[in-house]
Amino acid sequence: MMAAPGAGDLGGNQNSSPLVLLEGVTKSFPGVVANDRVTLDVRPGEVHALLGENGAGKTTLMNILYGLYRPDAGEIYVKGRKVNIRSPRDAIACGIGMVHQHFKLVYPHTVAENVALGLQGTPFFGPARVVERGLRELGERYNLPVDPKARVWQLSAGEQQRVEILKALYRGADVLILDEPTSVLTPQETGELFKVLARMKEEGHAVVFITHKLDEVMEAADRVTVMRRGKVIATLPVAETDKASLARMMVGRDVVFRISKAECTPGKEALVLRDLRAVNDRGLPALRGISLTVCRGEIVGIAGVAGNGQRELVEVICGLRRAQGGEVVVLGRPLTNRSPRTVADAGVAHIPEERLRMGIVPGMTVEENLILKKHHWPPFSSGPLLRLAEVRRFAEQAIEEYEIMTPSPKTPAKLLSGGNIQKLILARELSGEPGLVVAAHPTYGLDVGATELIRQLLLRQRDAGAGVLLVSEDLEEIVSLADRIAVMFRGEIMGIVEASEAELGEIGLMMAGTRSGMGDPR
Amino acid sequence: MKRVGPFVLERRLAPSRGAVLGVSLLAVVLALLVAALIFWGYGVNPWHAYRVIFQGTLASPQGWAEVVRRAIPLILCGVGLVVAFRAQFWNIGAEGQLLAGAVAATGVALFSGLPDPWLLPAMFLAGFLAGAVWGMIPALLKVKLRVNDVISTLMLNYVMMYIVEWLVHGPWKGPTARGFAYSDLFPRAARLPLIPGTRIHWITLVVGVAMAIACAFLLSRTKLGYETRVVGQSQDAARYAGIDFLKVTLWVMLISGGLAGLAGAGEMAGVHYRLRSPAHISMGYGYTAIIVAWLARGSPLAAVVTALLFGLIFAAGDVIKVALAMPFQVTDVFNGLILFFLIGSELLMYWHIRWAPKRAASEG
Amino acid sequence: MGWEEWLISTIARALAYGTPLLWGTLGEVYAERSGVVNLGVEGMMAIGAFSAFAVAQSTGNPGLGILVAAVAGGGAALIHAFLTVTLRANQYVSGLALTMFGLGLSGLLGRGWEGVPLKNPLPAITVPYLADIPILGPMLFQNQSIITYLGLVLAVVLWVLLYRTRWGITLRSVGESPATADALGVNVYLVRYLAVILGGVLAGVAGGYLSVEYRPSWTEGMTGGMGWIVIALTIFVAWDPVQAIGGAVLFGALYHLSYRLQPWVAPELLKLMPYAAAIIVLAFVGLGGAQRRRGAPGALGVPYARGEK
Repeated sequence: MMAAPGAGDLGGNQNSSPLVLLEGVTKSFPGVVANDRVTLDVRPGEVHALLGENGAGKTTLMNILYGLYRPDAGEIYVKGRKVNIRSPRDAIACGIGMVHQHFKLVYPHTVAENVALGLQGTPFFGPARVVERGLRELGERYNLPVDPKARVWQLSAGEQQRVEILKALYRGADVLILDEPTSVLTPQETGELFKVLARMKEEGHAVVFITHKLDEVMEAADRVTVMRRGKVIATLPVAETDKASLARMMVGRDVVFRISKAECTPGKEALVLRDLRAVNDRGLPALRGISLTVCRGEIVGIAGVAGNGQRELVEVICGLRRAQGGEVVVLGRPLTNRSPRTVADAGVAHIPEERLRMGIVPGMTVEENLILKKHHWPPFSSGPLLRLAEVRRFAEQAIEEYEIMTPSPKTPAKLLSGGNIQKLILARELSGEPGLVVAAHPTYGLDVGATELIRQLLLRQRDAGAGVLLVSEDLEEIVSLADRIAVMFRGEIMGIVEASEAELGEIGLMMAGTRSGMGDPR
Repeated sequence: MKRVGPFVLERRLAPSRGAVLGVSLLAVVLALLVAALIFWGYGVNPWHAYRVIFQGTLASPQGWAEVVRRAIPLILCGVGLVVAFRAQFWNIGAEGQLLAGAVAATGVALFSGLPDPWLLPAMFLAGFLAGAVWGMIPALLKVKLRVNDVISTLMLNYVMMYIVEWLVHGPWKGPTARGFAYSDLFPRAARLPLIPGTRIHWITLVVGVAMAIACAFLLSRTKLGYETRVVGQSQDAARYAGIDFLKVTLWVMLISGGLAGLAGAGEMAGVHYRLRSPAHISMGYGYTAIIVAWLARGSPLAAVVTALLFGLIFAAGDVIKVALAMPFQVTDVFNGLILFFLIGSELLMYWHIRWAPKRAASEG
Repeated sequence: MGWEEWLISTIARALAYGTPLLWGTLGEVYAERSGVVNLGVEGMMAIGAFSAFAVAQSTGNPGLGILVAAVAGGGAALIHAFLTVTLRANQYVSGLALTMFGLGLSGLLGRGWEGVPLKNPLPAITVPYLADIPILGPMLFQNQSIITYLGLVLAVVLWVLLYRTRWGITLRSVGESPATADALGVNVYLVRYLAVILGGVLAGVAGGYLSVEYRPSWTEGMTGGMGWIVIALTIFVAWDPVQAIGGAVLFGALYHLSYRLQPWVAPELLKLMPYAAAIIVLAFVGLGGAQRRRGAPGALGVPYARGEK
């Protein structure tokens, strides 16, 4: 892909001098070297992909460029001049803008107020008014329409992302950094975003987008830099490479794209949902009549862009949220609107989306965390007392079986790496032979080794006869693990397909709101 | 990791025991230094002041006895607050719960008509229950109506304070002496024995230490203690784990309020033998117990030690009032300063300082 | 006393007694809008009250006393700001320590000054034409303090500042989502420092008003728990400066009522009314459910540190 001849004063020629040059950047945190002598250049009029797995150091590097971190060593040059970026203010002044993966927006405020925040040159009284006008103009030029008076929390994820981009453009960003931008978008919205990026190229901007998705790199980028474990592996034009080579560079070995699994033999029902209705934290309907069945011995994957009710669905099933209507039947027992303890005691394992906030108590030790939901069962307690010897025994067993890397069972859980924390949670939840496993984004943010282990564990549960409900944003993961796939959109199930017959295009349409004709909820 | 001259500072994820102890000690010392400045500003030579304090408190058995006596209600309140803080329940109401216990004990002593041997146990029981109830009200309000626990416990302090004032000036008014209002004096059977030669009502002391041990056991070895700690560290995890927030909060405040109530009963039966105006019953024991608990960093047993430290400060306050003619408020100033330095120094606990002159250091 | 006269005197006194509550609440609203809880209002008011009295008594100039009180309050708040913003200490405990320290220090320094009435208190004013309006005149415009009127004007100014200016967007954003503000180049630490110090300044004035005009004297503990009522009020008025006027007047009326009912009810029981009312009022807010609470600044009570996940 050749860059279009540049417009404006940025001269978007592929051979022109770099807009941004990072040279020899190094950054360490306690226990880990996040960036190791990284050198990267970004040219005007190009879309540059920064590819790597979770933990490769991509976000850290861009955070340094944006002034959120100070590097331990290395230099940054913008338009040929060495700069010292000590804070986002400096970065913005240098023409660098960033759209983070978790949007940095003030949700209760309006779009205009968000864009006006910290903006130089607006009037003291009523700045929002001026910004509203500017936003309308900018939105037209870049094809990013958004209502400046709307309150951010009312917008969809895609619209919120537009606000973030407009925020950066309003401040005169020449270089726009996007951190995992498609993680909140449907396939159609992703296509729209890529068109916007092409438009920005035409206007002479440079775009750096951080991703771990190979398809996106091949489709949208001009050049790609692959990072692994803090080091740059290679930088090359996308035209000169392919998915397999990139994957190998990203991971360091050949990656198997499909997981082998045994044939599915579903038994009795593990979970039955009938016409489930619930509202979200803002009082808006999140579940609008969900009906679904998960049998023992099968994995049902819930696909869909985050924010379409998946979180509320998991919470209702596990007793953490009230359902306004409908039924939840777990392993034959009606458990609608019962307490989380009742649901857990009924044999439901819940692997929560938010590991650190919900899944563990970070300040408590590994062994104390391993008994978190079962502490009131024998053998861990008798009467009002805890039986510490039993707890220790269980902990030692679990640590060995699940290969949890920890100096001792008495180490505070927060010192463990993300993968080991997840292993801890699985060790806890999967002990006791649950009949239903509800797993929400179980491999999010984990490295390849931990991811593979966790997927194997889920498959093993399925083979052992448990029903598994898997919610994930990673479509590839769902397609490779699940036996059946249900797609959620705006609180409803758009369709259910057999995984073996699934087509990504059809699923993508369902994720964006088109109902499928086939598929039965059983 | 930062470099400051020949030192290298590294940030730790969890502080070591030594760091905690060292930093806490440093905080107290710094507070004492600033207090010395205040002495000096008041026109008193700080060195002289500290010597006088030392002589009046730690240098003689009578002095020690006063320190211990002052520490008794601090032990009880402090242990109770450690439990509450572990559940992240900001019980600022120990003062009111103590007064509630005092009221209940007085009621039993003067009006219950119980036979003599039962009087003291009944007083303590009533004190515990009254404090417990006074503590559970804000607990209910917090869980059911999301009323801020700091405000509700604090407001109830004032409410109970005025109730005591009312009782002492109104229905329970006894003979007045020198313009102060008292209730009637307790009968002999309602008074605690003292260690001869001192004013230490040792039964309450024993109860206090026993409670400290019991609470330590509770926190580390029981289901309730476990659930309390989970609730205190992560409400989200507690919900996820199915822990009943209401149950845990009520139990915690029952204990915390009850222990403060015991302290109140102890003060009545062991020190005053009558109900009097609140400022004379509790010289801020409830508020000081907050610092006692904070300094104890979550350990009921450590609270016994820190209570002694603050007992020392109170005893010092008495000495200062008499020997140096400075008002008792100086203890509030002390306490405020110590708390400032304690919380200000917490960040320090997470930094590990190493001596590594540039020549030898090849780390980046 | 006819109901008309009763109403007039109640509102008039409510305004007067609500004045320190209003100033204190406005200050705390701004501090909390930036995300910092300051429980030290009681201590700052005490420091303000004492320093105003001491200065006014020795110089004979009550206005100067108020000014010094403002500075002293701001200085006390600076301690809290330093501990909570720079050292990231627990905000609740820091505020409590400030209250202890402030009450103790003012009591300590105030020993010699007690019992002597202020020689030259701040005079009450009567607004020339408006005072002659029937009913409203005596209710609102006779014998009030300039500080009262300044407070009302300040409430409106602070409201406009909060919702209609660039500073307001910055302040509110820092309190809702400091990470967002930081990423856009806002100096979160500076904004918080300024907001907290402003809170101290206003609390100082509140205290100064007490000792220099309302009850021109100094007694230890004369703030009488008002600082705590302020904190409850901040929640009750949903962090809105104009609503703070309503809340302050309501509690001012309550205080006055507790004085008026003395012939019938024991004075001590009446004195506990405002404190019980504060709890009841917060319970009502809780009953109202998520509606009211939506006003709480999103990052309230949480220390901010860049880069911490």
